[in-house]
Amino acid sequence: MNNSLHPLYNGLAIPFAGIPQADAGQFLQTILDAIDRGRRIVSYFGIPGQDAVTLVCVLADKSEGRLGVTRTAAGGGHFPSLANLCPQAQLFEREIAEQCGLIFDDHPWFKPVRFHRPFTPGRDAWNRPAGEPIPVGVMDYFQVEGPEVHEVAVGPVHAGIIEPGHFRFQCHGEEVFHLEISHGYQHRGIEADLFGGPHPRTLHHMETLAGDTTIGHGQAYCMAVEALAGLKVTPRGEVLRGIALELERLANHTGDLGAIAGDVGYLPTSSFCGRIRGDFLNMTAVLCGSRFGRGLLTPGGTVFDLTQGQRDDLLRRLAEARRDLTGAIDLLWNTPSVMGRLEGTGTVSLEMALELGMVGPAARASGIKRDVRHGYPFGIFRMTHLPVATAFHGDVCARTMIRWQEAQKSMDFIDEQLRQLPSGDHRVTTSPLAAGQLVVAMTEGWRGEICHVAITDDLGRFARYKVVDPSFHNWPGLAMALRGQQISDFPLCNKSFNLSYCGFDL
Amino acid sequence: MIRALIARIRQGHRTMPYPAAPLQMPERFRGYPVVSSLERAAEEKDEASPCPYGAYTAEGGGCLDMGKCLFCAECSAGTVEFTTDYQLAVTRRDHLMVGPGADRRHASPLPPDLLRMFGRSLKFREVSAGGCNACEADTNVLSTIGWDLGRFGIQFVASPRHADGLWVTGPVTENMHQALLTTYEAIPAPKIVVACGACAINGGPYLDSPRVLNGVDSLIPVDLYIPGCPPNPATILDGLLRILDKLK
Repeated sequence: MNNSLHPLYNGLAIPFAGIPQADAGQFLQTILDAIDRGRRIVSYFGIPGQDAVTLVCVLADKSEGRLGVTRTAAGGGHFPSLANLCPQAQLFEREIAEQCGLIFDDHPWFKPVRFHRPFTPGRDAWNRPAGEPIPVGVMDYFQVEGPEVHEVAVGPVHAGIIEPGHFRFQCHGEEVFHLEISHGYQHRGIEADLFGGPHPRTLHHMETLAGDTTIGHGQAYCMAVEALAGLKVTPRGEVLRGIALELERLANHTGDLGAIAGDVGYLPTSSFCGRIRGDFLNMTAVLCGSRFGRGLLTPGGTVFDLTQGQRDDLLRRLAEARRDLTGAIDLLWNTPSVMGRLEGTGTVSLEMALELGMVGPAARASGIKRDVRHGYPFGIFRMTHLPVATAFHGDVCARTMIRWQEAQKSMDFIDEQLRQLPSGDHRVTTSPLAAGQLVVAMTEGWRGEICHVAITDDLGRFARYKVVDPSFHNWPGLAMALRGQQISDFPLCNKSFNLSYCGFDL
Repeated sequence: MIRALIARIRQGHRTMPYPAAPLQMPERFRGYPVVSSLERAAEEKDEASPCPYGAYTAEGGGCLDMGKCLFCAECSAGTVEFTTDYQLAVTRRDHLMVGPGADRRHASPLPPDLLRMFGRSLKFREVSAGGCNACEADTNVLSTIGWDLGRFGIQFVASPRHADGLWVTGPVTENMHQALLTTYEAIPAPKIVVACGACAINGGPYLDSPRVLNGVDSLIPVDLYIPGCPPNPATILDGLLRILDKLK
């Protein structure tokens, strides 16, 4: 590893002062070299300071489950942009600019991400006056010009019961030349609220970062706190968390499989999956009373234990859901009209997925073997290894198949874990957080890699808490998947990614 | 085709008999609070760890605001306990206050003129204004075959122009403020408004965050409040059936 890249591991805290401070050139070169060697940006963020913004970049090294972190101080309000050389840095740089007021020189798309005020009042990268409202979605959209080229704008309020976002299509007839996606409508200011935390509300904010990923984000937060407090979660606690995480994956994958079927007009699978998704949510409710896993996780383990009766109930429900889901999904592969719509639609090539730094099922559908449970194992996944399924076409069909394969493996995992639940406590008591530490906590949510980075100050409070939802890496992937497609294929492509708006907007 | 028919037979008829038969809630579901536990919490009041949302106050022998309550698994305000009673929806904001001596409230039917108009066909336009996608998901689930919302004449529609009411989830972020009002204005009168979930009622986990507006009723009048974070589909359906006077 390069000198300025300091090694660290998922879920282990290191002293922040131990990370050597690189100068700007060395910092940028470290990132570029790492990308050249097949590493990628997991998280890249700024910590606003008195005179300079401290930039911290976490890079993933696929060998040996190792991560690397590098930092620098960016003074003077300007910093060179990497976005032209390294597209996966594009959104991260805009986010840093918006939060910390740092201007990235020569950034090709230098515009706001979420349309909010900077962390430090007065340090605005676009010199927007402090007294005036920031109109959301108003920015300089990329436009295609020429005869018969037209623009289609959709959102923020969409046709179904879904979250708000704004989409601009540049079309030539039915064909989409380009799609630009503008977010920020769901911005609740979560990262700004986290300074000086953890607060009494912090766990609730973590559970609602993306409400359909309560366990994925909740576990990442718990891992970060546990590393900072030096807690060791018991095996029983880890297994219960693992079961909840896989139930969350199953519920959402099932819902997506049904929704994909619905978007191609195949109602049997759509109807069946809509109901079976509820069966998985109700299994989570057996664990903790909430269908979304609210109140299950706590730093130190789980709030609830599992009784023998509940375990048997879950095993019975799982067997029924598996039978129903298998029957519903098998229909897809045997229906030519469905396959005809899925195959070859919304393709993201392997090269594109690598370049954008995509994660989760969408990356695996393009042939990238990338899964936190496998590459940077955490919790029970250190002990039990789930096989990673990949496909290579990168189209809607591949993203559909990946979901079904993962669902099957999750069901196997839950069944196995329920039958061999370790005895002992499910929870340990918490203790105060260590001062001056940095921890990277990554989990594999159903959408992909979730990364939380916590840095504590001299008193053990959060000097910065950074959240990266998998959607942050993958929204540009959806935009690229639409290039050259019919605009009428957008709902189907969108559903095959099913990315989070609130997880992106924070 | 034959495979689809066989699969259909195997899956069976799965629409639940509710409301003809009662619903079975999960053992650990947290619904209506145990009133005696509110009084107990008032006596053992622990100043050190109040509810971070001010949902519980010790005044008057213990009062819980179900509009602010997130129904936490471990109530930081003390010994507040919850029953599995999911029937929480009400038509007035003050009916969400639970305490000793307070009447058990449910949503009341719409006024007769609205009931005549919407009683057999009620269409909603949903707007997620900062929601985390949990309220949205459990609203969506009502349209699946298990709940089959359509059998009650209720449907979610794509355009506000086709709607009789606005269905709001989320704390109303600054960035959704205008879009929410524009959607409301686009719905032809008379119209009703539903605040679904703790966020839409009072800001939920984001209460008093500088980027949110603490729920929808500061902006437009609300006709149905559905508490929970998120509300269980059973809680949502209970509220809907009650305002349409379909629950006897």
